[in-house]
Formats: sequence, structure tokens, C-alpha cells
Amino acid sequence: MKNEAVKIFQKKKSTILENWMNNQLQDDGLREDLMSNEDLRLQSEELLSSLVDSLTDANIESSGSGDFDTIRDILASISISRAKQGYSPRETGLFVIGLKDALLKTLGTEIKDPETLYKQSMMVNKVMDNFAMHTFETFIKGREEVILRQTDEIADISTPVIRVWDGILALPIIGTLDSSRTQIVMENLLQEIVDSGSSIAILDISGVPAVDSLVAQHLIKTVAATRLMGAECIISGIRPEIAQTVVHLGIDLSQIITKASLASALKTAFNIMQLEVNKKQKLKA
Amino acid sequence: MEKIPILKMGSFLLVTIQVDLYDQLAENLESDLINMVKKTGAKGVLIDVSSVSIIDSFMGRILGNIATMSRIMDASTVVVGMQPAVAITLVELGLPLKGVYTALNVEKGMDLLRSKILQEEGPQDDDDDGDEDHTE
Repeated sequence: MKNEAVKIFQKKKSTILENWMNNQLQDDGLREDLMSNEDLRLQSEELLSSLVDSLTDANIESSGSGDFDTIRDILASISISRAKQGYSPRETGLFVIGLKDALLKTLGTEIKDPETLYKQSMMVNKVMDNFAMHTFETFIKGREEVILRQTDEIADISTPVIRVWDGILALPIIGTLDSSRTQIVMENLLQEIVDSGSSIAILDISGVPAVDSLVAQHLIKTVAATRLMGAECIISGIRPEIAQTVVHLGIDLSQIITKASLASALKTAFNIMQLEVNKKQKLKA
Repeated sequence: MEKIPILKMGSFLLVTIQVDLYDQLAENLESDLINMVKKTGAKGVLIDVSSVSIIDSFMGRILGNIATMSRIMDASTVVVGMQPAVAITLVELGLPLKGVYTALNVEKGMDLLRSKILQEEGPQDDDDDGDEDHTE
């Protein structure tokens, strides 16, 4: 028995595409700012042709079949690219659901016998739901990739070492301090100390949201490593909440010079280097 | 047998480690250095580790030992020119070399030693140790 639905889809491909495009264009969620209608039509056409090509009598009942690998790949690339472009999950989901609507509508007009129509619709439903699930899964995967890349970028940009004065370095730390970031911070700082021949480093932690025992441990390690290199390390930007948690946790920071603000840390650094900042003498008029 | 030279510069001893130390060499260095401190009556020991790429826990302990021994013999120890990677390793090993002074390079190390000696001996020039400034 030749499957009705497969036959109809092959015959009515262009009608289905028109229906589907109409569905998409009428939707409020159409994102013309992200993709032009021509591109959308191309994308839809590619997906539909590969769907119609791969649908056969045999595999329409088993949606997990290997024959659908091509169409899964197409769906995956579409949803990943949409995730990166900033489509919402609803918009991406509607893309596939819209195709299902168009397919079912065509079936409805072509098949007159209610029982056949029901059976065929159920089959198409099952196949398309499976594809929708797949789209969703890859969409989320695409989003996760974006998040991972952003995390890496944050780690890269957030550890600049600044030369504030001849022989004084400052390193503002922004964000949570975990082991991998401490490693990066430490390496950058020590390398810069060697390169610039600085004798004082100021670690500013005013951008660190919270200091727990682990973060404190990392700070102490950084200070110890700086001392081993022969430079002094000052920690500045200690907010009242941080001071509270540090004391409540019983962390001993007494071996480390700590200052409330970068300004007072700089003052201390000047003191250590026996520098003095003076106001310019006013010339007598 | 390999030996690490110990140079005398005024009242300081200068040791430049230019090979990766193995245990025996490090132990010999320790005893040689302490003997030299005794023989020359040095006031400061400067150890340059700028070309050492590996310092293990044993080596770290030897450095600590040298500092403590020299301290007992009335000489300060400065370790200079440690590489960033070495510093990180030592900290990760839990050996922050307490009691050892550190400096970025030989020049700064010398300055540090001089200021330490000035602090200890007061404003007079280096005469022999003993009771320091006896006020009258």
C-alpha cells in the first residue's frame, strides 16, 4: 500500500511551501530585523524539499530512522544559527510547528475519508513533533555555546594589569575569583612585574562580589607568589561586607597589607617607595 | 664534580645558580655557603635564581634552610630574580619561603641587603658586631 501522505506531499510541495510561508509571515513573531523574507523562504524551501525527499512509505512510521539524518542536520544548523542571531525559543519553535500546520492543512484538503485522514495526520504529527523536539534541543545547545564563549571572553578581558606609576602596578579584579581565574591573574601579574621591574602591586578587589574562604585562599596565594618575586602586594577595595564575611569566616589576612580604597593603597605604595606627592607652589602674582 | 661558585663582594656573598639543581648539589651548596659565611664574616647572602626553571619542594627547603642558618650566623639572605612560574609553583607547593627576603633583581637585592645592614648596625659604618649603639 502506497502511503497517502507521502504521495500528497510530493505532489503538493509548492502549495505546502506557500501555506507555510504564509503562516510564518502572518505571525507576530516574524523577525524581519534578523532575517530577510527571501532568506527565510530559501531556508524553508531547503528544509521542505529535504523533508519530502527523505519521507518514504517505510520510514514515515519510525521517526527515529536514519533516513532523516540530513533533515536533522539542516534543522540543527538552522536552530544553532538562530540561537546565535538572538531568536527567541518561541520563534524558533514556531518555524517547525508552522510546517506541521501547513502539512496537516494540505492533508485535510486532499484526503476525504475521515479514517485515513486521522491515521495519516497522526503519523505526520509524530514525525514533525520529533523534529520540533530536535530543533529545540539544538537551539538550547546553540545558546549554551554562546554562553561558554562569553564566559571565556570575560575571563580574557577582565584581568588587565595597569602601570599606575613607575614601579607600581595595579590589577583591578572584576567578577568572581575562582581557581582558573586566579591562575590567569597570577601569571599576568607576575609576568608584568618581571617585564616592568615593579616593586609594588596593588590588587583591587572592589569588583569582586563576594569573598569566601576559597577566594581568600587564592588572594593569599597571589600575595605570597608576588612576595617570592621580590615585590610587595597590597590588597585594596575591601568593602564593609567583605570585611564582615572575612572576619566571620575566621580568615587571617593580617600578613597582607589591606586598604579600603585604591587611593589609600597608592598612598601606601608611595610611602614604601619613599615618594612624596606635593601640591605645586603657587607663584606670587 | 660540579660546584656552584660563591663570590665575595665586600661584606656580601653572591651565589648565582645557573644550572638546575639536583639534590646533592643543593646540599653541597648549603654547607659550602654556611662555611663561607663563617670564613668571611659576611653580613648578607644574595642568591640569584633567575636562570633556575625548576624549584621543587626539596630545593625550596634548602633555600629556607640557608636563610635560617645565615640568620643564626648573623647574615641576611635575599633570593633574587625568581621566575613567575617558579613563584607560582612554590606557592602551590605551600612553600612561601618565610624568613627569606626576596627582590626582583640583583641590583634591588643589593639595595635591600644594604638597607638591612644599615638598620641593624645603626648609622655607623660596618665595624664588628657586638653591642650596637651604646648610649652614654
